[in-house]
Amino acid sequence: MTDLQHQDAAVPPSADGDVLQVEHVSKKYGAVTALVDVNMHLRQSEVLGLIGDNGAGKSTLLKILCGFQPPTSGRIILEGQEITLKSVDHARSLGIDAVYQDLALVNQLTVYQNMFLNREPVRWPLLRNRIMKKQAKEHLDDMGVRIPSVDAEVAKLSGGQRQAIAVARSVYSDAKILLLDEPLAAMGVKEGAIILDLVDRLKSEGKVSIIIIAHNYGQVLQVCDRVNLLQGGRITLDKRSQDTSAQELTDLVVAEYRKALEERQRADRERSA
Amino acid sequence: MTHVSGTAQQAAEVVGQPQQQPPRGVMRLLRDVGALLVRQREATVFIVDVLLIIYFGFISSTGRSAFFTKVDLINLSQVAAQIIIISLGEVMLLICGEIDLSVGFIYQLAPFIMYFLIVDYHVPGLLAILIALLSGPAIGWVNGFLTVAMGLPSFIATLGTGFVINGIVLTWSGARQVEIPPEVQGFGAWLGRDAWSEIIWAIILTVIFHILLTRTRWGLHTVATGGNQLGAREAGVSVARIKYGNFMLTGMLDALVGLMVAFQTSIIDPTAGGYQPMFYAVAAAVIGGTAMLGGSGTIIGAFLGGIMLAVLTIGFSVIGISANPLPIVFGGAILIAMIANVQLTRLRERGRA
Repeated sequence: MTDLQHQDAAVPPSADGDVLQVEHVSKKYGAVTALVDVNMHLRQSEVLGLIGDNGAGKSTLLKILCGFQPPTSGRIILEGQEITLKSVDHARSLGIDAVYQDLALVNQLTVYQNMFLNREPVRWPLLRNRIMKKQAKEHLDDMGVRIPSVDAEVAKLSGGQRQAIAVARSVYSDAKILLLDEPLAAMGVKEGAIILDLVDRLKSEGKVSIIIIAHNYGQVLQVCDRVNLLQGGRITLDKRSQDTSAQELTDLVVAEYRKALEERQRADRERSA
Repeated sequence: MTHVSGTAQQAAEVVGQPQQQPPRGVMRLLRDVGALLVRQREATVFIVDVLLIIYFGFISSTGRSAFFTKVDLINLSQVAAQIIIISLGEVMLLICGEIDLSVGFIYQLAPFIMYFLIVDYHVPGLLAILIALLSGPAIGWVNGFLTVAMGLPSFIATLGTGFVINGIVLTWSGARQVEIPPEVQGFGAWLGRDAWSEIIWAIILTVIFHILLTRTRWGLHTVATGGNQLGAREAGVSVARIKYGNFMLTGMLDALVGLMVAFQTSIIDPTAGGYQPMFYAVAAAVIGGTAMLGGSGTIIGAFLGGIMLAVLTIGFSVIGISANPLPIVFGGAILIAMIANVQLTRLRERGRA
């Protein structure tokens, strides 16, 4: 972690207690470099905010971590063992599960059907609906997710409730590491609170570790233990949430933008001169 | 009468003594029926079916009650069965986001396969029937391959296979009708020659497909595939398997109907089928409440939709009105059903909000 540019209050990396380590990961798409020597670690039952502006490389890193695409170089270490993620299914079987806001659930199915999708208990050839409903209800109650009924069609629910169910489903399928992609995007304050409460609860239970990918810092800082800032494919900041502020993060992003703008203007001037 | 609970009271009123509390009971009944109509698409179609049967059976008297001769009822049941059986497959395909336009040509091909296996290759009768039935899933697999593996829209893929099969049938048969070979006449009773055999098949298959759609993983995954293909795939549902499977099931049903029509008439006709069975089957599915965009649909609705189309077809011919305006009625029925479908969905969603 020597390449950090803003080291002042950086959290020292600890080999023990890290559930996931990302070492020297780079990703190139042809001539375009999306990630440059990214180093990141996630502790057991920690909530890490991975923030950055559009195009900073958040989605690329997410796709690598959830097994959708391999990195060009670098290593991913899960609980001390280097792993090569072959597919999303493979990552999921190792306990790494990404939850996307938009495509997580099937609107036409009920809550319990979504919770058990592809893991339905069957007394051949029939589904065991009563068991599914009972377990879905118990599990959602355990997690403090409140919905009108597990029989409700998902289309009936609000965005926050839908996302909470998607997260609950991942936890229920024994995910160890949850990757939440923009969990608060396009969500009202009350809706967002459902998710933040859920993350808080998972944190206090300590069974899962969570990476929240977001471009809105304010709400994320409330719930994260630590934040990493991605800028231009590099991690430029790694701090505990209490040691930073939305203001500092905004300043960094704006400063980077100004710098890039100035460089471009200078280049333009030199060309025209 | 002691009012133990609301539902018990309600049931008692409906079954036994509605006159005890007439205004409340009737109002509640009306409200419940109203709620049922909004909630359950099938209920609307069922009521329309009953009204149509009453109309053609009693009211439109042109000398005789239309549906109360045995011949008429047999005709009705056969037409209904043929529409219903094919629409069961179309419902499954429409729910998972696909459609099969080749159904009427699979139906054309199957009896000819049986015929030529027996006449040219001396295959035993029962085996020939089995192979003919399996030609349906085989073509369904090709439709699945073109849609899933080649990435064609199923509308185009099955349009293509439909034409190809049609050409094969016409070439192979020399565009000539043939008679059912005597070797399989014995099995014919089960497969359409016996007057009620077709509707019995239709009812049994409707029950099986209703259970398949609503009570099994296959049905659940079919809905998930059509509702949110990416999400279903994310959850690990094998979307490709679901689509192949439903094309193959549909093919099997088409082949069955093709054989039944051949046995019913004792003639194998190279011009039977065509696009008409597909249009009827899709119309029945849509009238029954199946969405063209995937993700929702019902088997019972398709059954009732098939009955509706059959009642209209036979009803018009029996009461002696020219068959020429019949397509107007069909078109109207489809449009009204679709408008009801869309508007009731909107109403339901408003009720939720």
